[in-house]
Amino acid sequence: MRAPRTLFEKVWEQHVVAEPEGEPALIYIDLHLLHEVTSPQAFDGLRIAGRKLRRPDRHLATVDHNVPTTSAQDRLFIKDQTSAAQVNALRKNCAEFGVEFFDVQDRSQGIVHMIGPELGATKPGMTIVCGDSHTSTHGAFGALAFGIGTSEVEHVMATQTLSQGKAKTFRITVNGHLPFGVTAKDIILEIIGQIGTDGATGYVVEYAGSTIRALSMEGRMTICNMSIEAGARAGMIAPDEITFTYLRGRRFSPRGAAWENAVEHWRTLPSDPGATYDRELQIDATLLAPRVTWGTSPGMVASIEATVPSIEDAKNEAERRSFERALEYMDLKPGTPMEEIKVDAVFLGSCTNSRIEDLRAAAAVVRGCHIARTVRAMVVPGSQAVKRQAEEEGLDTIFKSAGFEWREPGCSMCLGMNPDMLAPGERCASTSNRNFEGRQGRGGRTHLVSPEMAAAAAITGHLTDIRKWKQNNLQPEFAHGGPR
Amino acid sequence: MQPINIIHSKAVPLPLPNIDTDQIIPKQFLKRIERTGYGDFLFFDWRRIQEGPSAGELNPDFVLNQPEYQGAEILITERNFGCGSSREHAAWALRQYGFLVVIAPTFADIFSSNAGKNGVLLVRLSEEQVQTLLSRTTVNPEHQLTVSLQDQTVTDTDGFSAHFEVDPFRKYCLLDGLDDIGLTLRHEDQLNTFESKHDKDLWFLPKGGV
Repeated sequence: MRAPRTLFEKVWEQHVVAEPEGEPALIYIDLHLLHEVTSPQAFDGLRIAGRKLRRPDRHLATVDHNVPTTSAQDRLFIKDQTSAAQVNALRKNCAEFGVEFFDVQDRSQGIVHMIGPELGATKPGMTIVCGDSHTSTHGAFGALAFGIGTSEVEHVMATQTLSQGKAKTFRITVNGHLPFGVTAKDIILEIIGQIGTDGATGYVVEYAGSTIRALSMEGRMTICNMSIEAGARAGMIAPDEITFTYLRGRRFSPRGAAWENAVEHWRTLPSDPGATYDRELQIDATLLAPRVTWGTSPGMVASIEATVPSIEDAKNEAERRSFERALEYMDLKPGTPMEEIKVDAVFLGSCTNSRIEDLRAAAAVVRGCHIARTVRAMVVPGSQAVKRQAEEEGLDTIFKSAGFEWREPGCSMCLGMNPDMLAPGERCASTSNRNFEGRQGRGGRTHLVSPEMAAAAAITGHLTDIRKWKQNNLQPEFAHGGPR
Repeated sequence: MQPINIIHSKAVPLPLPNIDTDQIIPKQFLKRIERTGYGDFLFFDWRRIQEGPSAGELNPDFVLNQPEYQGAEILITERNFGCGSSREHAAWALRQYGFLVVIAPTFADIFSSNAGKNGVLLVRLSEEQVQTLLSRTTVNPEHQLTVSLQDQTVTDTDGFSAHFEVDPFRKYCLLDGLDDIGLTLRHEDQLNTFESKHDKDLWFLPKGGV
């Protein structure tokens, strides 16, 4: 009998094209997603070498990083000339090489990691790559999905394969009922806090356990999305009924008999009982409190009940130096309660937390309130589909009457490649994924939090423990299930 | 890609862990569609004064701006170098600035792959060995290191000698400056066979066979 295998091992083995002696394996790539930032040099490389796309049907492209979020007009005529040139280059390249492209006002446009799942292009058991580290998001469907550099983008375009060393396996099991006010975002921030930003380097992480099984696809995507923040090559979650329900009937989902065959195959993907992992970690979800980052690395994270740590809390000399630098950059005094940290800006968006469920949760917090006078706050839906759905549900009205700006879809202030940026010294509660120095704008200071916590911070003007916040407002008012 | 083997050079010490690719090359330079010209933007926000009357000028305190370190081809730093964003621009910036080797205890995954494809050799040494090199190159900016990819060693004239591990295939590619796509196309027959079988399972297609 065959030895028990993990989800990752099954997907891996189904994609090995060749295993040359003394070289990494050559694995087949089912889907390549493209955006404007990391693709132009790859297309150029193909042109220089006189190569074509091997399989144009296995690529999908959209624009997300550079696009303004202010208005349809601003998006069609981008003022920043270098941004406009990059967007135009993708337009031209997709036409020349025959790639399906969702342009800026297409009804399917959105952050590349939002639209793959929304279109049903992301499916269990597939291999998916993109020139973007948050490609790990797609692992929520039981796909093997990871970010690559531009040379690898070119390699996939030319050969539909990648040369890859096989990663080690790491299972993180999260069990128990999530306490009130604690979300998928808090789970992944807790994991990164525990293992560090290089804790999963060299591994593909599989998230398992009752807490993960109970999460919606949106929550699972939030967790897999930030796998890269722990250094992981990829994050994966076994497909189940929740996955199949999400995918059924989407634009690129199989239909009829093909759907039945697909589901039958997908049911064979979860790790076999007795499969072993190179590393394991257990998390008790019942003990978790909402998390907030205080420093300039996602690993610098603490409970909202905690105080800002001091350099004495550092584990070694290197960490001491980075704590010192982070506290100075963030302009924080050790011992300050997290809840007393005032914010100037709130950003609700990014491929981590801008799905319909995130917006619903945040809207439930702000309903009937108004943002603090000292705060500017914006909601940037992750995709046109999310924006439409939210508007159908009236969420835009809730946000707008609370004083939030309601924007067009894109990456926006997660990385500030478009005009949405923090000013130097500005402090932001953000639902995004990176609190690096200057990430949201040069000199800007980022505190990573869940959508609910970001919403509450916008209202109070400081980081706020959501568990103390209007408990009654947080009852789920909407059915689960993302937009189509 | 240019082949790489023996590098004899002074080295720049940058003693911080978890240096992310946003620091190596900030976002504003990711809008360019060219593959060259990134060297001047390496560590841009650290190299330039951010505030006050001298904003925009070179920051004399930052190690890369100090005259005695000019021309160094080796960078020494701490664990988890290159974490965060997958931007290959980070590898381009390092290589185009003139760094051929980065020495650290560990490197982030995607960055490692990008560096290898751009002729930047990543050398993993122990924390202790890295600390020794950081302190020698801080005390004496002229301190010369020799990195040999062929022998997989780092040595200096003060008796430092360390062996490092490197993936044999990566080593072969770096030594010969090989093009990855060309290497892969050696397996085109296997690829054709795999692909025609794989395509029969329609759900593997992004568009689900519809």
